[in-house]
Amino acid sequence: MVGIVGYGAYIPRCRIKVEEIAKVWGADAPSYKRGLGLQEKSVPQPDQDTITMSVEATKNALKRGPHVDPKKIGAIYIGSESHPYAVKPSGTTVAEAIGATPDIHCADFEFACKAGTEGMFVVYGLVKAALIEYGLGIGADTSQGAPGDALEYSAAAGAASFIFGNDKVLAECNETFSFMTDTPDFWRREQEFYPRHGGRFTGQPAYFKHITGCAEGLMKKAGTEPKDFDYVIFHQPNGKFPQRVGKMLGFTPEQIEPGLLCPLLGNTYSGSSPMGLTSTLDISKPGDKIMLVSYGSGAGSDGFIFTVTERINEVRDLALNTRYMLDNNKRYIDYGTYAKYRGKILTAE
Amino acid sequence: MREVCVIGVGMNKWGELWGKSIRDIFVESALLAIKDAGVDKIDSMYVGCMTSGLFVGQEHLASLLADYLGKVPIPSTRVESACASGGLAVRCGFIEVASGMSDVVLVGGVEKMTDVSGDGATYALATAADQEYEVFHGATFPGLYALMAKRHMHEFGTTRDMLSAVAVKNHDNGSKNPLAQFQSKTTLEGVAKAVMVADPLTLMDCSPITDGAACAILASVDKAKEISKNPLVKILGVGNATDRIALHSRKSLTTLNATVEASKRAYEMAGKSPKDIDFAEVHDCFTIAEIMVTEDLGFFEKGKGGHAALEGKTALDGEKPINTSGGLKSKGHPVGATGVGQIAEVVKQLRGEAGERQLKNPKVGLTQNMGGSGGSAVVHILEVM
Amino acid sequence: MFPARIWREIPQRYRLEANRCPQTGEIYFPPRLVCPEGKCVELEPVKLAETGTVESFTVIRVAPSAFTDEAPYPVGIVKLDDGAKMMCQIADAQIEELKIGMKVKIEFRKIQSDGKAGVHAYGYKCVPVRD
Repeated sequence: MVGIVGYGAYIPRCRIKVEEIAKVWGADAPSYKRGLGLQEKSVPQPDQDTITMSVEATKNALKRGPHVDPKKIGAIYIGSESHPYAVKPSGTTVAEAIGATPDIHCADFEFACKAGTEGMFVVYGLVKAALIEYGLGIGADTSQGAPGDALEYSAAAGAASFIFGNDKVLAECNETFSFMTDTPDFWRREQEFYPRHGGRFTGQPAYFKHITGCAEGLMKKAGTEPKDFDYVIFHQPNGKFPQRVGKMLGFTPEQIEPGLLCPLLGNTYSGSSPMGLTSTLDISKPGDKIMLVSYGSGAGSDGFIFTVTERINEVRDLALNTRYMLDNNKRYIDYGTYAKYRGKILTAE
Repeated sequence: MREVCVIGVGMNKWGELWGKSIRDIFVESALLAIKDAGVDKIDSMYVGCMTSGLFVGQEHLASLLADYLGKVPIPSTRVESACASGGLAVRCGFIEVASGMSDVVLVGGVEKMTDVSGDGATYALATAADQEYEVFHGATFPGLYALMAKRHMHEFGTTRDMLSAVAVKNHDNGSKNPLAQFQSKTTLEGVAKAVMVADPLTLMDCSPITDGAACAILASVDKAKEISKNPLVKILGVGNATDRIALHSRKSLTTLNATVEASKRAYEMAGKSPKDIDFAEVHDCFTIAEIMVTEDLGFFEKGKGGHAALEGKTALDGEKPINTSGGLKSKGHPVGATGVGQIAEVVKQLRGEAGERQLKNPKVGLTQNMGGSGGSAVVHILEVM
Repeated sequence: MFPARIWREIPQRYRLEANRCPQTGEIYFPPRLVCPEGKCVELEPVKLAETGTVESFTVIRVAPSAFTDEAPYPVGIVKLDDGAKMMCQIADAQIEELKIGMKVKIEFRKIQSDGKAGVHAYGYKCVPVRD
C-alpha cells in the first residue's frame, strides 16, 4: 500500500481584509467579496517565505509521521511560483533543516498553482516504483497580485507538506490522473514582479475545462462517480469556483466544504488544493474516500483518489490542524504594513 | 615591579568634530599630555582604538599616530578590546613602565566616529558583540543592554526613574565640564519621554556618538620625581578580566563578571577595598550599565545601584561620586578614547584641577572601562601622593 | 555577506545542533571545542529542545539596515527546556504581550537577506506558545 504517511500545513498569522485593500483602490468591497467569495487573506511577514513555510509544514508532517526517519526521505519536491531564488533550490534548505541531507534527490517545481500536486505526484511514483522509501511533496507560495488587480485580493501565503511512503499509511493513494493543454490564461515573465492574466479567459477554457477534464478522466479510470466520494477538493483561486466546478461535475457543497479554505485564507497558489487536503484529512475517518484535483494555469490539473485508513485516528492530533491555524492567532494588518511586508514600497538602497 | 605614576594628562573637547581627522584629534590631546607632564622624551606609546578600520578605513594606526606626533621611530602599539581599548592601552603602558623596559610611556585612546552614517556606526559598534549569535539576529548594542536592564528591573525592582536618575546626574556633572560633548541638563521626565531605542532604554539612556581622544603620560616614580612639577598620581592597582562575549552564554544577565573580576584584582593589588575609593569614573555607555557597574565594583549591594543613583548617593556631593566628568553619557563616548578619558578625569580630580565639578580633597579614585556588553573590563585605582 | 559565513552555521541555525560537556552536563550553543568550565575537550553532540521560556526581552526600534523592514521587533534571551540559552527574535508576538517567563517555541524563519541580490540567511526565531 502506497500513500500519505504524514501531512502538515502552515499558515502565517497576518491577515488583510478585502475592505482594507478595496479602500486603497477606491473599489467596492462588498462586490469584491461577493464576486470572489472571499473575506480576507493570509499575508507573509518579511521573515516568512516559501522555504520557511515549507520547513514548518514539513515539521508538522513529521509529527504525524513519527516513524519516518528524515535520513530515509529519498526525495523532496517543492512546488511554488514564489521560490525565494530564481536560481538556487528551495528544496535543499528544507532538506538541511529536517536533517535529510545528503542522500536525497531535490527539485523545485513551478507550474502556476499546480506545482504542489506535481511534487506529490512525482514522489508517489518514486515510492510506488520502490526507488525511494519516503518522499516529500510540498506545495507552498507567498504569491503576489499586482496592486489594485483582482488578484491582489486573493493572492495569499501558506504551505502543505505530505510524506509519501508504504508503511503506516494514513491515506492510501488509489488512482492518479493528469490533464494538460497549452493554455496561456495566467503567466509571469522572467524578471517581472507581478503576474498577468487573461481575465475571464482564466475561467471556462482554463480552470473549468481542465478540472472537469481531469476529474472525469480520473473517475473513469478508477470506475467511480461523485457519490462514491466522501470529500472532494478542487483548486481554490477564489471562494466560488470550487463550488461551481463541483456542481458541474455532480458533487454536493457538503463534499467540498471541509477543504474549502479560500474564503478566509485566500489563494495560496501551489499550497491551495494541497492545504484543502490537509484540512479534509483533519476531519476524515477511516474508510473515507477523498478526491483531489488541482489546477495550474498554463494549464493543467493533477487528480488523486485517496482512501483514509485507521492510522488517521492515531496521528491526526499530533500536529495543529489546518482550520485551527486558519481561525486562531490572527493579526490583521493595514494596507501600509501589507505593502511594506510585501516589498511594494520603493525604498532607498 | 616598579611603581608607576601618571605625570600628565591631555584631553581636548569631545563632540562632533567635523573639521578634524583622527590624526588631528589624537595629536592635539597627545601634545596636551606631553605639555602637562613636562617631558621631552617618550620611550614608547600605546594607542587604544576600537575600529578605525570601520570608522575611517584606517588601520596601522599606531605607526600613523607616532608619525604625526613626530615620535618616529619609537615603538608604537595599537591595542583593541572594543570600548575598553583605552583602558587596555593604559594597562599595557603600566606593564611596560613597571617592568623597567621603559621609563616614560605615552598611553592614548582615540575614535573618530562621525565619518560614517548612523547605520555605519551601528554596524561598527556591533562588531563588539557576537556576530553570528547576537548581531545576526538583529540585536544592537542598546538592545543588549536593554536585555540586561529588563532583567535587572525584573529581579531587583529597578525602576524607570532609577535609570533616568543616572542620566540626569551625569548631565548635571557634564554641564560643569567644558570638554564634555553635552553641557545641557536633563530631567527624569526628559529621559523617560525621549524616543525609545530598545525598550526600556530611550535615547537619553544611551551615550552618544563622539569624536575624541585622550592621552596620559606614565612614568616610573623615580623618573616622575625627577621631571614632574605636578602632584604625582600613582597607579596603585590594575585589573583586567574577560567574560563570555554573548549574553546568552553568561550565568547571569545582571552581573558584569569581567568587572567583578577586574576590580577584585585591582583592589587586591592596591590593597584597597570599595569603601576606600573616594570617587569613580565608570563605563555608563547606557544608564543601566552604571547601575550594574556600581554594584559589581562593590560600591552598592547587588540590586541597590539604581536606588543609590535615585537617592543622590552617586552625585558630586554624594557619598560615592560617580562620573564627575559627566560620564560617557554627557562627556561623550569616543569608544577607544573613553578609558583614557576616565584616567584624565581622575587625575584632574586628584590634583584638584577639576574646576566647577572639583570634589573636596579626594585621595583615591577608580576607573572602570568596559568592552562590548561586558566581555572585557579594565579597572585602575589611582592615589595622589 | 559572503555565503560561506552563513553556510558554515547551517547545523546550528537550521537544526539547533549544540554540544554538552559529559563532566559538567552543561550544554553549549553554539558547540564548543573546549568546555569553559571543566576544560573537557570531548564534548558530545546534542540537539537543543525546541520549547522554552523568555529570560529577558527588548524591542529593537532603531534597527540595523538589514532589519529596518521588520522594526520594531522583539529580541529575547530564551532558556530552552533542556537548560541551554540562546538569543533570538521573538516573532509573531504583540509587544504588549511580551513578558519574562512567557512560553515560546522555535520556528524556522528567514533572519536576514544580503540586500536585494545577495543570499538569504535562514535560522531560528521563537514564537509565543498559544495553543
